[in-house]
Formats: sequence, structure tokens, C-alpha cells
Amino acid sequence: MSDLLDILKGDAQADRVVPRRGHSVRLTLFTSGAMAFLAVFALALSLASGRLADRWSEALARSSTIRISAPAAQMEAQIWAVLEVLEQTPGVASARALSEEEQRELLEPWFGPDLPLEDLPVPRLVEVIETAEGYDPDGLRLRLSAEAPGAVLDDHTRWRRPLVRAAERLRALGWISLALILGSVAAMVTLAAQSALAANVKVIRVLRLVGARDHYIARAFVRRFTLRALTGAVVGTALGMIAIALLPSAQEEGGFLTGLGFAGLHWLWPLTVPLLSAITAFWATRAAAFKTLRSLP
Amino acid sequence: MIELQEAAYGYGGGPLLSEISLRLSPGSFHFLTGPSGAGKTTFLKLCYADLLATAGRVTLFGQDTSEMSRDEIAQARQRMGVVHQDCEFLDHLPLSENISLPLTVAGRGGVEQQSNLSELMGWVGLSARADALPPELSGGERQRAALARAVITDPDVILADEPTGNIDWEMSLRLLQLLVELNRMGKTVLIATHDLGLIRAAKAQVSARVLRIAGGRLQLAGADL
Repeated sequence: MSDLLDILKGDAQADRVVPRRGHSVRLTLFTSGAMAFLAVFALALSLASGRLADRWSEALARSSTIRISAPAAQMEAQIWAVLEVLEQTPGVASARALSEEEQRELLEPWFGPDLPLEDLPVPRLVEVIETAEGYDPDGLRLRLSAEAPGAVLDDHTRWRRPLVRAAERLRALGWISLALILGSVAAMVTLAAQSALAANVKVIRVLRLVGARDHYIARAFVRRFTLRALTGAVVGTALGMIAIALLPSAQEEGGFLTGLGFAGLHWLWPLTVPLLSAITAFWATRAAAFKTLRSLP
Repeated sequence: MIELQEAAYGYGGGPLLSEISLRLSPGSFHFLTGPSGAGKTTFLKLCYADLLATAGRVTLFGQDTSEMSRDEIAQARQRMGVVHQDCEFLDHLPLSENISLPLTVAGRGGVEQQSNLSELMGWVGLSARADALPPELSGGERQRAALARAVITDPDVILADEPTGNIDWEMSLRLLQLLVELNRMGKTVLIATHDLGLIRAAKAQVSARVLRIAGGRLQLAGADL
């Protein structure tokens, strides 16, 4: 950690002992910039998937419905039977029959406000709230068919479970992509650092001749590459954030693709990308530098 | 300070140096002579631990070089000034920064660096070339710069490999004078040279010992100039 602080603090004279020119400069800048750009997208994908999975999970935990179709004379009895069954069913947190007013509101978008609900054979609805563990739908259906023949369990939200799993996997893939991107940064910076060290064998020899410790020599290279990686990553991250900001805004009807982006405080997450790139470059260059220095006579 | 005990060095076909025993005491002045290829540079490299003896023992400031870590070798070199035969510099830095490089790497920049630097550059006649890059320097200028770089830290030991090979006689005497002055201040000096004129010129100024390497062995050790 003190090395990292030294890097940030800098040493103007020590910085000058390593030549500034070389193709490794452009390679490191470009690689870290490109990787940061991709990392911002991977982060956006991961966070958007996370939001989607959370939203769907929340919906799953809340809702399923029992629809009761019965002659008017039997309706109340079947409602009571259904509620009794639900009360005894493990995995059901609460259940209640929707009032006529609530059902009218539900149907209003399709049939208008003047629907004569009392004159129509509209089924009654019972809202079921599940516990975190959930209930056994097949067992519940069996019991309902026995106790209330007109009741049909409509667990319409269950189709979302595979989608939630998919969203969670997408989120995991996003994080894996981030890890792979950082790994690629480490690999590219290592190659660039090794190339720079190999091109500067004479510099290393002269520095050793005048009494420079390997730590001093390594630090000169490490600082150079860490700052290059940081600079490239800042530019790449900025461009990535601008690109994300220019995506179409998220809308209810837009679905997943229009929701690919950052929301609220999530906009702070990309700011960690340059920092992670710099830390990765620091350790990669440090390892490469000491390995190369050990191998030189 | 620097001691070789039955030291040998060789690679491939056989030993280049063998059974070398010598003690460089503090404040001593030695010349090392011998024909080209005799092993003078190898001998010096053993002295500053650029090479490790393949047999025998070399100690540097009391430490066996074969047991020294890289950091310990670096620390020892901060107490030594070495004029390498190739006079290598960092080509991207101006001459003034190259000469003060030993102070920079030792973390002794600043005021000490500035005062030592301007004085030394005047001594070796390179004040006007302070901003020149090493590739722009002549062979003689490089040698003078290498000597200035070697002594800027006020080292305990100065090891110089042919320090006057490419410079005129007048400047050679001037550099010799600088080394003699440093020796009078208690510094240990070892100069590898085939320039017998330089050795004779030193005779009037300092009590020096002349060592000769031939056939891989150290001869005439102890003969006063």
C-alpha cells in the first residue's frame, strides 16, 4: 500500500530515469481505455440485470390470484371455503377477497367506468400473498378442487421465475465479464511492461551501476505504467458513460433493452473502473518488473 | 574495504583469473596494469560485484559478495564510484542529470546535488555541455563525465577502468589530480590502465602501488611506484 501511495505522490526526478517514448505507451493507453469502455458496458449490463431480477423477484413474492366462478348463490360460500383453505396452506402469508369496487377498477380500462358488475357473471378474485418460501401450487389446486370446485388458481407470476434466473445469470455474466476485462488489462499491461523493460536493459544496467536498488528501478516503471493505465481508463470510462447516457431512456413499456444503463447512485459505479484499472496495472507492472529485474544479471 | 582471497573467475574454457588475493585498504591508491584481454575489467567487476567469483572469496565492506542480496550490492555501490570502460549513460537525459544520477537514486538530490554538480562539471571542463545529451558527446567528454559521475557522491572507493583512454594528456593530468586530491581526503582509488605515462605522472604526487595482471594472475603486487 505504501508503494501505491508513493506512486500517487510521485518523484519528479525518479520519473525521468525511464525514457518516455516507446510503443508500450500507446499500447497501454489504448488497451486500458478500450477495456475501461467495455467495462462500463459490462457494469451497466450487470446492474441493469440486477435491477430486472430484483423487480421480477419482488413481483413474484407478491402475487398470485384465485379466480372463483360459481352461481351467485354459492359464491360467498366458495369464497369462504377458499379463504379457509388458504389459511391452512403453508407458504401463504395472507389472502383476501377483492371487493367489488376493486374488481371494477381492474376492469375499468377494458369496459369503462359504467360496468354493471352486479348484473354480470364476473368471477370473484382472491389475492394471495406468498411467504418467501412460497406454497406448493399443485397441492393447493387439489385442495381447492375438493373444497371449492369453482376456484382456479392463477399463479400467473410463476412464469417469471425462469426470467429471474436468466436475469440473475446475466448479472453474474456481467461481473464475470468485468473480471475478465481486468484480467485482460493485467495481461496487456504485463506484456507492455515486459517489452518496455526489455527495451531498457541498458537503462537498468546504468542505474544499477550507480547504486539504484531494484525497488527504485521497478517503481519508476510501475509509476509510468500505472499512470498510463489510469489516464487511458479515465478517457475510456468517460466515453463509456457518455455512450450509456445517450442510450434511449428506460420506459415501462420499453422492456429490458431500454433499461440498459445506470440509475441514480449507480452512476457512481463506473467511477471505480479507472481506479481498478490503475490498481490492476500497478500490481501487473510490479510483478513483471521484479520478475524481469531478477532475471537480469 | 575490498578484499579478494584466492578469488578466481572463469567461464567456458577455463579461468580468466585465478588465485587473486588483494586487500584494498582505506586510503590506498592502486594502479592495475596488464596487456589487453588480461582481465583488468573482469578484476574491477569482481570488485564492484558486477561479477561473482567462481572460486575463492570477494568481500565488499566486510560482506561476502556471493552472499549479498541485490539491495546490499546496491547499497555498497552507493559507497563506490565506478568509471566503466564503456562509459554508459542514460541517453535521454542531459549530461548534468546523468552526472548527478548517483545522488538522484540515493535520494540525495537538491542543494547537495546542485553544489557538487556545478563544481565537478567545472573540474572536468564540461560546464558548457551541461544540457547536451550523451550521444552528442565526444569519447573524451564521455570519459570525463563518467569520472564526474563516479565521484559526485563523495564515495569511499573509486574504481576506474581506463579513465583517460580517450582524452588528451593535459586533461588526463587534470583528472589524475582530481583522483589524487580525493585520495588525500582518504578515498581508496584503484585505476586500471595501460597508460604508463599516467602512472609515472602520479609518482610525484602520491604513494601508489602498481599491480599487474598477466596469465590470469596478479603479479608484482606490492611493488611501489
